[in-house]
Amino acid sequence: MVALDFGAVLVQWPALLRGAAFTLGLTAVSAVLGGIVGVACGWARAWGPPWLARLVGVYVELIRNTPFIVQLFFIFFGLPSLGVKLTPELASVIAMVVNLGAYAAEIVRAGIENTPRGQLEAARSLAMNELQVFTRVVLPPALGRVWPAMVSQIVIVMLGSAVCGQIAAQELSYAANLIASRNFRGFESYLIATAIYLGLAIFIRQLLNWAGPRFIFGRVATR
Amino acid sequence: MVDFSLWDIFRNLLLAARWTVVLSVIAFVGGGLVGLGLLLARLARWPGAQTFVAGYVQLFQGTPLLMQLFLAYFGLALFGINVSAWVAAGVALTLYTSAFLIEIWRGCVNAIPKGQWEAADSLALSFGEKMRHVIGPQALRIAVPPTVGFLVQVIKGTALASVIGFIELTKAGTMITNATFRPFAVYACVALLYFALCFPISAYSRRLERSFQRGR
Repeated sequence: MVALDFGAVLVQWPALLRGAAFTLGLTAVSAVLGGIVGVACGWARAWGPPWLARLVGVYVELIRNTPFIVQLFFIFFGLPSLGVKLTPELASVIAMVVNLGAYAAEIVRAGIENTPRGQLEAARSLAMNELQVFTRVVLPPALGRVWPAMVSQIVIVMLGSAVCGQIAAQELSYAANLIASRNFRGFESYLIATAIYLGLAIFIRQLLNWAGPRFIFGRVATR
Repeated sequence: MVDFSLWDIFRNLLLAARWTVVLSVIAFVGGGLVGLGLLLARLARWPGAQTFVAGYVQLFQGTPLLMQLFLAYFGLALFGINVSAWVAAGVALTLYTSAFLIEIWRGCVNAIPKGQWEAADSLALSFGEKMRHVIGPQALRIAVPPTVGFLVQVIKGTALASVIGFIELTKAGTMITNATFRPFAVYACVALLYFALCFPISAYSRRLERSFQRGR
């Protein structure tokens, strides 16, 4: 019979807690910045000038067809040879923002393109300028339509951030690695970390499902 | 030190890429079989199957693939099974793939009108006959585009097997970087090769999707 010793891992709870908090922070920063990149790129793809739409299309396809870990390694190991030195934390955030931005761009674009024509015509007939039309009339309901997909993507990026431990960003999987290397309880340590990730995934999903309609797209629509 | 030209780097990466392909095929075929089995158990309303499958999907979709790989690597060893990186990566990626395919295919089965089930029932078809002659063929037609699209996720997922020491494209990139000290060129080539593998599949999936929507 296999003897499991979870106690040896759980006594190191401060390290796990710090790691989980770091993962949450990393996800929060990337979700906000990645969301902004996504909206900007989604606009460019749907409404932007053709050259910009094509450029963003290349960015989106490049990111969506390569693994996150390669993007991360390219940024962390590759860019310094061009003179850009990055800390593991900064490289992680950049990789996550670039990654989420590409997926969010496609999600936001789908939302924008499903805007009923009449809404655009109504907004323009009220003499709104193009920026007002986009930010007040098109974007809020578009985000509302695609919010479930957006939430799923943010959760996927949070789970993907486990890879950032490989470049020594001090997040949850890094903490699990560290604990395993101290007490050789690899299985127990990763099992507990995995359970924490599951908890974080459920928590983030609930939080965003709750927060989205209240703070992000509902506010403008209900006023 | 051996001098690596860009061509040497590219050629070695190309050789390693075949293990990415092999691992992807194993995960996709294995995941497809496991996923199909679990989906059928659910559709046949085996007692407990619904709860089990829901938990299974939540577990594998709600945790990082990297952790699943570590758990397979260390977990199988606990039971005295001698794990190579091959076995651990194959098992973890198979389970991961199956959890996603179940969800994709369940959506396709749900998209079939209820009348089809009722018609099959009124013809007194057994569960197997219903699946084979009525539900299966129709669900299959809807399922092809998203399944092909998911293959891209599987290929990208195999990159994580590099972390447990499986020598595929990403791991080869790391090893060549350590030998040549040219991370920029090497990882750019690695990304390019992944792109060359994945982009045609993505494009094909999109084309299938479009032609399917036209055909309706």
